[in-house]
Amino acid sequence: MVHSFLIHTVCPIATLASGESRILYSRVFGPEESVLTADELNSEERRLLQREKLAVVARKVRTAVSLSREAAGRVMVEVVLGEELVALQEADSGVLRLRDGDPFLGEKSALWLGVQSLGFVLVCEAHENLMLAEGTLRNLTRNCLEQLRMLGPGSEVLLKSDRIDVLLDRMLPHGQLLFLNHRFANSLEKEVTAYMAK
Amino acid sequence: MYAAGSESLVKQAREIQDSELLKFQNRIGKLLQGRDHGHELVDSLRRLHLILTATKYTRRLPAELQKSLASLLRSSSVEQLQVLSSAVLRETLPPPGQGRNYSHLQDHSPLTNYGAALLVSQAESISDLSALCCHLLRGLEGRPLEAAAHPHTHTLPIINTVLTHCPEVLNQDQVTLLSKKLVDWLRYASVQQGGGASSGGFFAGSRSRQPGPTAELDGSVSGDFFTVLCVGQCFSDDQWMNVYSFSVLRHWLLTYHSVADGNATGDPDTHGSVDGSVVSMVSATSSSSRLLPPRERLREKAFQYCQRLIEQSDRKAVKRTDAELQKACLVEAVCVLDCVCVEDASLVYRTFPFVKSLCGRLSSDLAFSRVLLPIAQFYLNHGETAAVDCECVWRLVFGRYPSELYNNSFLAHELLRFLRLNQGTLLLRVPEFTHSFPNLLKFLAWDSPAVVDDFVDLLPSLVTPGTAVELLHSLLDLPCLTAALFLQLRSSCYPITEPGGRGLTSLEAFRSPSYRGLFLFLLRAEAGAGDTIDRLGTLHELLVEAADWPRVVQCAQTVPVLLHIYFNAVVTVADDKLLSQLILVLLDRSSLILNIPNYTKEIHRVFSFHLLKLCKLRPSLVVNQSHELMDLAGSTINVYSKEDLFTHVVWVLGEHLSMSCDSRCSVELITSCFEGLEAVLFEITSSAPPPEQPCPAPRVITSLMSALAKLASRSHDLIPRVSLFLSKLRTLSRGVSVPWCSDEEDVVAVVTRGEELWSLLKLPGVAQSVLTPPPRTTSPRWHGDTNTALALRLRALSALTNSH
Repeated sequence: MVHSFLIHTVCPIATLASGESRILYSRVFGPEESVLTADELNSEERRLLQREKLAVVARKVRTAVSLSREAAGRVMVEVVLGEELVALQEADSGVLRLRDGDPFLGEKSALWLGVQSLGFVLVCEAHENLMLAEGTLRNLTRNCLEQLRMLGPGSEVLLKSDRIDVLLDRMLPHGQLLFLNHRFANSLEKEVTAYMAK
Repeated sequence: MYAAGSESLVKQAREIQDSELLKFQNRIGKLLQGRDHGHELVDSLRRLHLILTATKYTRRLPAELQKSLASLLRSSSVEQLQVLSSAVLRETLPPPGQGRNYSHLQDHSPLTNYGAALLVSQAESISDLSALCCHLLRGLEGRPLEAAAHPHTHTLPIINTVLTHCPEVLNQDQVTLLSKKLVDWLRYASVQQGGGASSGGFFAGSRSRQPGPTAELDGSVSGDFFTVLCVGQCFSDDQWMNVYSFSVLRHWLLTYHSVADGNATGDPDTHGSVDGSVVSMVSATSSSSRLLPPRERLREKAFQYCQRLIEQSDRKAVKRTDAELQKACLVEAVCVLDCVCVEDASLVYRTFPFVKSLCGRLSSDLAFSRVLLPIAQFYLNHGETAAVDCECVWRLVFGRYPSELYNNSFLAHELLRFLRLNQGTLLLRVPEFTHSFPNLLKFLAWDSPAVVDDFVDLLPSLVTPGTAVELLHSLLDLPCLTAALFLQLRSSCYPITEPGGRGLTSLEAFRSPSYRGLFLFLLRAEAGAGDTIDRLGTLHELLVEAADWPRVVQCAQTVPVLLHIYFNAVVTVADDKLLSQLILVLLDRSSLILNIPNYTKEIHRVFSFHLLKLCKLRPSLVVNQSHELMDLAGSTINVYSKEDLFTHVVWVLGEHLSMSCDSRCSVELITSCFEGLEAVLFEITSSAPPPEQPCPAPRVITSLMSALAKLASRSHDLIPRVSLFLSKLRTLSRGVSVPWCSDEEDVVAVVTRGEELWSLLKLPGVAQSVLTPPPRTTSPRWHGDTNTALALRLRALSALTNSH
């Protein structure tokens, strides 16, 4: 079960403090955590708490990405539109352990892919099949990069986020990781492409 | 990628004025009321979504707009409008008052995926989720499948999401219904290719073409029932449900089939089969499975499905993504088999042959390392039941994988998680575990930030009396291990001579035969070969250029944390002899640390803290190790090179070198210690520090003075000598600069302390009870002590009586 999917910045942003990250897209699957615990929060406070928890994850992943890149010592190569597969191949990847309570209820694992200046994160349950999750994350990232032209200077990721919703609806319905062989995956991708064409 | 344009968009969205937003929302409201749901509406909804997600504070939409959007979600057949209305409503709060949630969406079935997503995210209580699940399950029962693509497919994911958060949402009947459905979808999906939906064929004759059977991933025709590893031109609905069913299977089994689940109203037979003494070897065969109750039937079908997947994974897939999927399926299959065997131990005998041959097939291929981990878990859980030798698995997990795959971050995460979760069992059953720490530390040395959290939990188990000293040395030399691993990787990736490349002296040293032994020791796989090497200093010199490699620096930052954990763990398992040894190591290694900026200082700080703690816990250690402690404290250079540690050593000597702590402490010992410290104090207060060294902190001087005073209070002959020094100190008047201290206020503090001690020592009896208090007074017994208890009792009584 995937708890949430995030796209956020992993590069320094002028208007934010260093180490902070701007979340460009976030989607939490499932009901709000605090609904089911005995927390006495009203719905506004619950929402705020959830968004702040996601911000915590984004910050942790930002740190992990920068430490990983620093340790690997690789020079960042600029990639442009059309070179999505190259960008994906060059991407850094890793997995973070999120302890119980820090910030979510129950232990979780955050799988991340750092593509140039953006990070793509899947927060999964701790016992999840990480091989499947990794493959799904790569697939999602490739589709996002292609369908939203993210390697270019445009802002489609902000203005056309319904495309990501549709992508998630097919590939990761309600946060469910699917065992899709190439035929099933092709069939779903055709549906997604048909949607994007409109 | 993320350009200034995007940032300014976000800024605009965050800073939009309420009045402007209201105008915008009203415009959208008007557009919704009009029948033209064209491009302008789509664009406006997208912008509204951006505005709502730009800040972390949630906004409320005007009630009218909310209602219009809800009705759009319900009634529109255009997917884009459904997506957008669902997304916008998800980002806002449900309307207050009557009709709190959107449950009226369910009144008009079918419930779309986006409608369901909204209901799940806006659920206010378990009963909301329960109602949604009931609605979905009603849709499953009996209604014929519609022509629309995948009408039921999302039922399972939604239920699975809900179950993750509250497993009690389904009642027993619903669980039984779903179990039956899962059995059907898993085992009895069609083996013919779906022919309904158009495959985009050019020729009109596609509709009349007979669909053939599905194929395996290597192209051959499928010979058995349909699974996720079967391919076809297009798929029928039940084949889709097959995929969804397998995807949710493990979680379903974990939620509803755990043995410890006392609420299970399943057959009492299932519990009987777990009985250790009479384990049935004759488990139900597939032919009679139709007679089994639903839970058992699902278990049996799950078993068969996994068996088939394991066989299918042996085929060579044509596409690379399919090969990756095969690995993921193997992992899942073994996990499901593990679940199933935990529930019904009689299945272990049927399962083990598959798992064992799988292990044999994959153990020599490093590409399948991550598949071996669930197999290791299976062996750990069921190896004893089946009386199978698990050595081959442990050799991989503790031997080959850490030494060769330490740089695979996913393997590291999963392997360390496996160790963390099974620490208790591994400690009991697998002796290799505690002896393989040199190998396991390789994960930490390579990628400290990612795995240090795992080691925080894992390290205490690795601390055993037999290996404690070697472990301490290994932790201190962890940055050296990082450098060695880096050199090893470079050495194997690059040719022997790099033409014109920048030569690393450490790399040459790594390859040279005369230093090979040093590196081999660092890179060893097992403990037991020796605590450390003699030529450690040489090794540190060879690696001096590694001190600014980012990986080494990151590793050095995690070592102090781990040392704290180490020391906290070791006091629970060590006897006095071992603790004495550790203090020796501490003192020796304080000058033998890889020279990374700040690293030495941090290590000294940790050492100082724990030296203090250890000596407070076992004061007799000070007398045991007085000779070595004096070696450090009696040498003036240490004041400048190891100030922190020096101060603490002096402190523990002053505090614990007494007859009340250890009866072996003699007057001669106290006197010789006194003389050593006195000499150092005279030396540092009579002249300026050596060139390029800062003045010693005032704390050093006051600790020395206090220690001397304490020792003197135990052997009164020494008092005159201390008093003489202290009285000389008193003569230092204000404003006089001294060579050993640059700050006037610090001098005043030192002089004040000197005066206090001097006046104290004028009354030897008092000095003794103040400076060497009996242990009784330093550990107060509060209510257990009659004198202190009286005050406490009175206070408690007055608080009770005065509360009215």
